[in-house]
Amino acid sequence: MKMKINKTTKKNTITYLMLLIAWIVVEVLLRGGHLSNLISGMLVLLCVYSIMAVSLNLTVGILGELSLGHAGFMCIGAFSSAFFTQCFMNTGMNAGLRFFLAIIVGIVVAGLFGLLIGIPVLRLKGDYLAIVTLAFGEIIKNICNVMYVGKDSNGIHFSMKDTASLGLDVDGTVIINGAQGITRTPRQATFTIGVIVLLIALIIVLNLINSRTGRAVMSIRDNRIAAESVGIQVTKYKLLAFAISAAIAGAAGALYAHNTSALMATSAKFGYNMSIMFLVFVVLGGIGNMRGSIIAAVVLTVLPEVLRFADNKRMLIYAIVLIVMMLWNWAPAAKEFRERVKERFGFDGSKAKKAGKEEKKNTKGVA
Amino acid sequence: MALLEVKNLSISFGGLRAVDNFNMVIEEGQLYGLIGPNGAGKTTVFNLLTGVYKPTEGMILLNGKNITGKKTIEINHEGIARTFQNIRLFKELSVLDNVKVGLHNHYQYNTLTGIFRLPGYFKTEKAMNEKAMELLKVFDLDKEADYLSSNLPYGKQRKLEIARALATEPRLLLLDEPAAGMNPNETKELMETIHFVRDEFKMTILLIEHDMKLVSGICEKLTVLNFGSVLAQGETTSVLNNPEVIKAYLGE
Amino acid sequence: MRFLSSLINGVSLGSVYAIIALGYTMVYGIAKMLNFAHGDVIMVGAYITFIVMNNAGLPVWLAIILSVIVCTALGIIVEKMAYKPLRNAASPLAVLITAIGVSYLLQNLALLIFGPNTKQFTSVVNFSSIKLFDGKVIIQDETVVNIVLCIIIMICLTLFVNKTKAGQAMLAVSEDKGAAQLMGINVNGTIALTFAIGSGLAAIAGVLMCSAYPTLTPYTGSMPGIKAFVAAVLGGIGSIPGAFLGGILLGVIEILGKTYISTQLGDAIVFSMLIIVLLVKPTGILGKNIQEKV
Repeated sequence: MKMKINKTTKKNTITYLMLLIAWIVVEVLLRGGHLSNLISGMLVLLCVYSIMAVSLNLTVGILGELSLGHAGFMCIGAFSSAFFTQCFMNTGMNAGLRFFLAIIVGIVVAGLFGLLIGIPVLRLKGDYLAIVTLAFGEIIKNICNVMYVGKDSNGIHFSMKDTASLGLDVDGTVIINGAQGITRTPRQATFTIGVIVLLIALIIVLNLINSRTGRAVMSIRDNRIAAESVGIQVTKYKLLAFAISAAIAGAAGALYAHNTSALMATSAKFGYNMSIMFLVFVVLGGIGNMRGSIIAAVVLTVLPEVLRFADNKRMLIYAIVLIVMMLWNWAPAAKEFRERVKERFGFDGSKAKKAGKEEKKNTKGVA
Repeated sequence: MALLEVKNLSISFGGLRAVDNFNMVIEEGQLYGLIGPNGAGKTTVFNLLTGVYKPTEGMILLNGKNITGKKTIEINHEGIARTFQNIRLFKELSVLDNVKVGLHNHYQYNTLTGIFRLPGYFKTEKAMNEKAMELLKVFDLDKEADYLSSNLPYGKQRKLEIARALATEPRLLLLDEPAAGMNPNETKELMETIHFVRDEFKMTILLIEHDMKLVSGICEKLTVLNFGSVLAQGETTSVLNNPEVIKAYLGE
Repeated sequence: MRFLSSLINGVSLGSVYAIIALGYTMVYGIAKMLNFAHGDVIMVGAYITFIVMNNAGLPVWLAIILSVIVCTALGIIVEKMAYKPLRNAASPLAVLITAIGVSYLLQNLALLIFGPNTKQFTSVVNFSSIKLFDGKVIIQDETVVNIVLCIIIMICLTLFVNKTKAGQAMLAVSEDKGAAQLMGINVNGTIALTFAIGSGLAAIAGVLMCSAYPTLTPYTGSMPGIKAFVAAVLGGIGSIPGAFLGGILLGVIEILGKTYISTQLGDAIVFSMLIIVLLVKPTGILGKNIQEKV
């Protein structure tokens, strides 16, 4: 089926190209000093949020389950990778290697948690699953916020109370300091590295979708009972997709941790509000549409800055823009309006779709 | 040895005995019909055979092997595939992909191969595409391979569901009201297709149907179900002429 | 003694959660949506009462009534303009995200109008606290009001749903919207009424909550909203007695957890309990297990 392989591959290639072009354009602007401090400071964050959007879209759009706690996986990735970096800070390990390994650590640990959490969670139905993921996200954030971890010549010490009860030697250091989190992590994440990680995440997800595993996952999404009837191992594939999604979120967290001098598990950064923000990216960009997720993530993150001229009214405008965009994209009435406009101006959609509709009409008439 | 032996199969839902002491023997290669008035329990029997429900009593033997109480996925591995009364296609997948999901267990490569596009991916995908197209051609759906499955007209959706079930290489194919919603021409075409499938794929087929033309046209043996119990069983012509059967359908 | 105090405080907090949860569960059961903006209606209710009491100097009872009216109207307007157009959208996630947008809208409107500074809410309840066991256990007046009001609301709502035509219409719509419409039930009106009642209850909850915990900011409604959502799910989403049970349970666990285990881990304990309950009973304590027909 040459035609079909070309269509999906073409779409994906365009996405990769768009990303590469965006990277080149930004790099050029950056080097030329054309980007404001504000925007250039946001670049890594835009990559982080884009990766989160892609990760969540894998769970929501491909697996078909609503996750309201994805910021929790980002939190795990951030803390585990920063912890790793801090542990190996003065050991003479090459800084670049250490950073690379830290990202791997973030990915693996987040992926493991995705597996562990997925086992009980993926058994639940729709809305119940959603609220449990929110619960897990909050628990993770809460625990990271009250954790004390220190290192000395005797090894690693752990406490939930305070730094004193860590019992560190004089030469020991506190790595995770409760609500103050992890500080002084070297800011090794650059925009280029962010784009590379995003690109890898995209390749993984898009290749996954267009493969035997992806089809199995989507079949479960579309009709679980039918999937079982053709022998698809539902539990296995649900866990696989969820774990991969969590792992990718872990990578985003690792990037985030190495772009900030103070990593704290605050509600604003890792709470349900953030998880919900990622969901907004996914829905606005198109459920199942990876390219759209990235665009939505960038637009919605940059939007408050663009609206700075509106001063204190800007978040209000942001909220209104969001509501209006949702209504425009999703309300059946608005959709009909758009279809009529399209027809009027001749943008009729693919021939195949029209032919399919025609045939459907004819057959129905005869029956 | 018969392909399918069902002995004293029963299931109760609370106080209601939906299927009571159901017995049936299907020989390999047979075209077997399960008929009866609405609500008689025919789909429930299908659900019991495919592991959707667990029977409260009785035994199901496939090729001599006891598959009673096994889960749907296992039963499909053992060789039973089915279609559904309310068509259950993978709506967001293309026609071709629907069939390819059916091929999942027979054309394998692992997830990493898929993600990193190792050689196994291209080889197996090519083989899957060929096999899937072959199956679609049988049902005259090859031209619509790239259509979104939910865009197909109703009759073709039913055929796609059968094609997908066949892709799992079953020994026994269960069709739940395959002719529902079809006009006389489509029904005739379906009858030919079912015969073709039985001959070409060496398939044994058990179908639930209300369309008597199709039943008398292709079924070799019948079981009539009424209120969860077997009312009559045997050669199609004699069963259809059985006065008890006629009474059950037409009323007193 | 400490246990008894904590228990009573837990029931009090739980009562407020229950009132909020009732709104969540009704909207979910009837309009089939998770209204993420519900928590922020609480905040609006509290602010209106605050402004009317402090700036306009009007009596407490009038302030509360005004607040309920405004919130009820708000609920109806939001439903009509932002949720109704998306009722038949391709994905139920669409209206969910829009609700988030409404939540942001309400929070930022409040921020703009009332400013970011924390307001000190003066309690609307003003009678002496009850002392038990020689003053070792003190029951605050707010506590009594919370619990009593919650019980009254629960009884009224149950009676309403079971005995009135409008209430029965709600049950019908929650079972099968299409069939209800074919039976001549005004589905639009029923859903609007649901939002109205839920929002009105949220206003009351806002007043009660800020009376007991007097700090008020534009973000005050957010976490209680989430906790009430958890409570509704805990009790079985769509079930009115479930919302009541879930709310009380959540409040008790939260207070007991904070008292006996750790104040900082209070939230983690509450959310952990939800997970444990759902693992044992996947549809919540009083939830219905709806099997899909094959």
